Amino acid sequence: MEARRAALGLNDPIWSQYVHYLKNLLAGDFGESITRPGLSVSQIIGQRLPATIELAGLAFVIAMLVSIPLGVLMAALTRGGRRQRTELAFTSSSIVFAAIPEFILAVGLVCLFGQGVGLLGIFPVAGRSGPLSLVLPVISLAVAPTVVLARVVRVEVLTVMEADYIRTARSKRLRAWRLYLRHALPNAVTATLTLSGLLLGGLIAGTVLVESVMAWPGLGSSMVSSILTKDYPLVQGIVLVYGVVVLVINLVVDVVLAVLDPRSAIQES
Amino acid sequence: MTARTSSSAPDPSTPSPARRLLAGLAKTIRTPMGATATVFLGVVLLAAIVAPMLWSGTAAKVDATALDQGPSGEHWLGTDNLGRDLLLRVLVAARLSVLLSLSATAIGISLGLLLGAAPWLLGPRLGRLAAAFVNIAVAFPMLLMTLFFAVIFGVGVQGSVCAIGISMAPWFARLTQTLIAGVQKRDFVAAARIARVSRFGVLRRHILPNIAEPLIVNVALAAAAALLAFAGLSFLGLGVQAPEYDWGLLLNEGLSGIYVNPAGALGPGIAIVVAGLGFNLFGEALAKVLGSRHKVRTFRPRGASRTVSGSGGHPRQHATDGSAGDAIAPAGEVPVLEVDRLRVSLDTPNGTVSPVREISFSMKRGEALGVVGESGSGKSLTALAVAQLLESPLHVEAATLRLLGKDLMAADPRSRATRRFLATSLGLVFQNPTTSFNPTMRIGPQLAEVARLHQDMSRRQAGARAVDRLRAVRIPGAERRAKQYPHEFSGGMRQRAMVGMAMMGNPSLIIADEPTTALDVTIQRQVLNLLEQIRVENQVAVLLISHDISVIGQFCSRVLVMYAGRVVEELPSADLRTSARHPYTRALLSAVPDMTADRSQPLATVPGRPVDPADRPAGCAFAPRCTFATAQCHTAEPPLQEVGSGGTVACWNPQEGAVTAVQGQVQQAGRGQA
Repeated sequence: MEARRAALGLNDPIWSQYVHYLKNLLAGDFGESITRPGLSVSQIIGQRLPATIELAGLAFVIAMLVSIPLGVLMAALTRGGRRQRTELAFTSSSIVFAAIPEFILAVGLVCLFGQGVGLLGIFPVAGRSGPLSLVLPVISLAVAPTVVLARVVRVEVLTVMEADYIRTARSKRLRAWRLYLRHALPNAVTATLTLSGLLLGGLIAGTVLVESVMAWPGLGSSMVSSILTKDYPLVQGIVLVYGVVVLVINLVVDVVLAVLDPRSAIQES
Repeated sequence: MTARTSSSAPDPSTPSPARRLLAGLAKTIRTPMGATATVFLGVVLLAAIVAPMLWSGTAAKVDATALDQGPSGEHWLGTDNLGRDLLLRVLVAARLSVLLSLSATAIGISLGLLLGAAPWLLGPRLGRLAAAFVNIAVAFPMLLMTLFFAVIFGVGVQGSVCAIGISMAPWFARLTQTLIAGVQKRDFVAAARIARVSRFGVLRRHILPNIAEPLIVNVALAAAAALLAFAGLSFLGLGVQAPEYDWGLLLNEGLSGIYVNPAGALGPGIAIVVAGLGFNLFGEALAKVLGSRHKVRTFRPRGASRTVSGSGGHPRQHATDGSAGDAIAPAGEVPVLEVDRLRVSLDTPNGTVSPVREISFSMKRGEALGVVGESGSGKSLTALAVAQLLESPLHVEAATLRLLGKDLMAADPRSRATRRFLATSLGLVFQNPTTSFNPTMRIGPQLAEVARLHQDMSRRQAGARAVDRLRAVRIPGAERRAKQYPHEFSGGMRQRAMVGMAMMGNPSLIIADEPTTALDVTIQRQVLNLLEQIRVENQVAVLLISHDISVIGQFCSRVLVMYAGRVVEELPSADLRTSARHPYTRALLSAVPDMTADRSQPLATVPGRPVDPADRPAGCAFAPRCTFATAQCHTAEPPLQEVGSGGTVACWNPQEGAVTAVQGQVQQAGRGQA
């Protein structure tokens, strides 16, 4: 016992332990897992991270690809108080879908595709085995961000469509699609991107739950099991990775914003 | 979870915040969304209060004869692996689920308020530190923070409540900061500070009551977030521990038995969704009610799809009938623009309102026609109607509306031919050059768009044409400037570029809607000179719209004076001072100060207000503001009649004689603001 304490350096003063930890951290050494001796934390993270990135990345890309056209389309259809029923259907269904948390949607999908008549076995409900196994976890993760983003895109585009420069663009007698995509959308993108950065962060947090529901061998399920087994070096390492990922996302959003919107770059400098 | 900050803080002079909030709540419940939310929340709260009293014993009773059963008449959702009734367990779990999430919300709000108010209480230096801390913390997703704190506080109920509360705090702190920042610049806060009320006192008595509404809206949204987070934690096994149970834990147990009894997982799942939706919807509905209360809904026409229903009974043709009807007659014979009985209407619940009616005029090649009038007189609507830029719900009717002989009322506005014709033969210059350029596009491509799309030029040719046009409007370094964004241009340069854009095709008509209103006086002169030069050199007709009668008088050869959507006088601008007859025109003229004006006197104004088109008086619309009005003026509308010297006027009592500038109150009209 005492030998183990000494080996782990627990007898050293706290600050020295911390400095030691930071030194190792800079060298990419997160320590060793307690529950899986012999495996370093970095090895486990290295194994698990790609699965999580795959899941979150795909869900994010799909959310963006669906929500932006959907939002622009809804804006074009419902502009100026037209098609009020379409608007009501869109708004209310988006509120409902946004309120269903990803893990409950995942449970529902597991029920449907694991038990449902006629749907049984179309998509795997658990594990990571080929592209088909991605379908259900990605749907669970993507639905809420998609509807939230589509709503924001619609509102932003509608606001932009009231701008003077849209009237100028209309005086050039452009086709509707060019008006919306070339003139309105780039001006609506600031708010959309800012929010999508937040949503991507939330999406990554959501993977923790969805991975647990669908037995996806990613970082999230690993974190939950390590919390339950009190494997603190592993927990620390994974939390750190998540934190860094979130910070990097925020940075990327800021950079992309500066590239897309020349005004924001000017204001920063 | 998205912060709702839209509802602006009320003025302290309005009724007490508590009473306003109650009224808001009552109104919220009556909206469809609010009613749905109330029903959902009612069911959840009823279960939370009643179910544990009635069934907590039954729900915990182990029944070895009924293990892992599917739904049946006796057990609607089936039983778990100890034979306990799942429906009862879901109902009983409502209390713990709701209580725990509300406690977490309470912690989150208290901490968040403290943290959010810190910049205000601590002063600028320490405050900036607190704000920076919040800004960093808020970048992390709530669930990740929750998991992080759950590790620190340990698995279990207390740890989870604290973890969720703390991870919610930054979000609420950020909201509070934003709201306080909005209120603290207001006069009543400054006044309280000057009166030496302590910072804490100001916060408690002046700031908090004024940001309470948006905060409360967000409490509902935060409660939803806490509920879902708690369900997530318990589901992962980090929250509530058996033998206690909440919805998250039930969902976890249900998932492990999902192949035996799917209802066991769906039941708690639905309960979580219903409760979350209840809180969410309530927050949204409340935000809508409270947010809309401060906004006065005003209708501002912004342009609109026109409907062809010519009052003159036009044969409606579409552009599909070939180009024969579109043939452009040789210049000189056909007027550039012919307008007869133009009317712009809007259908409202109280009938059709026509903010513009009975407008008739025509323009020759190279002619400068001015339209003058107060804001709301229908000048801009007329311009946009002529330019075919009005959108529904506004619609345009006209007996004749011809540009270069082409009947615009009969042309299909969506056809390529019509769009091409309008884009190349009609140029537009708008009022505010700062907002009229697309901020995300470089100037060159913005100009080149027309040439590329409607004049079949390649990207390179169109770009060269754009540079050429920029040069023509005297923009120095045109080639370099074309690659710049609008914000890199000065205001005057932007407006010149706008004129350049109007000149991209080979327009026969330029409509300039208040082109100089947003500019400095010296720049105004530049832009007007530029338009004048283009008009003379290229024989382009210019329709200049302005509220400034002196600008019109200098630039145009003829003037249309509009009042309440109608032309009340038309005359050569050279005769303005000598033979303007309509009292309104004369009032506009006499309100213009000249070099001899006594500057110790106030500038001239005209009493009264412009007419609301929905509430136009019978008779002459100007009669209520006119000193010469007689009984006839209040009953019958005067027709537009020819008078000597080539003008027309719509007045029962036209005045004679030269107009001189006066000071003090002229009998009417004034330097209207657009």
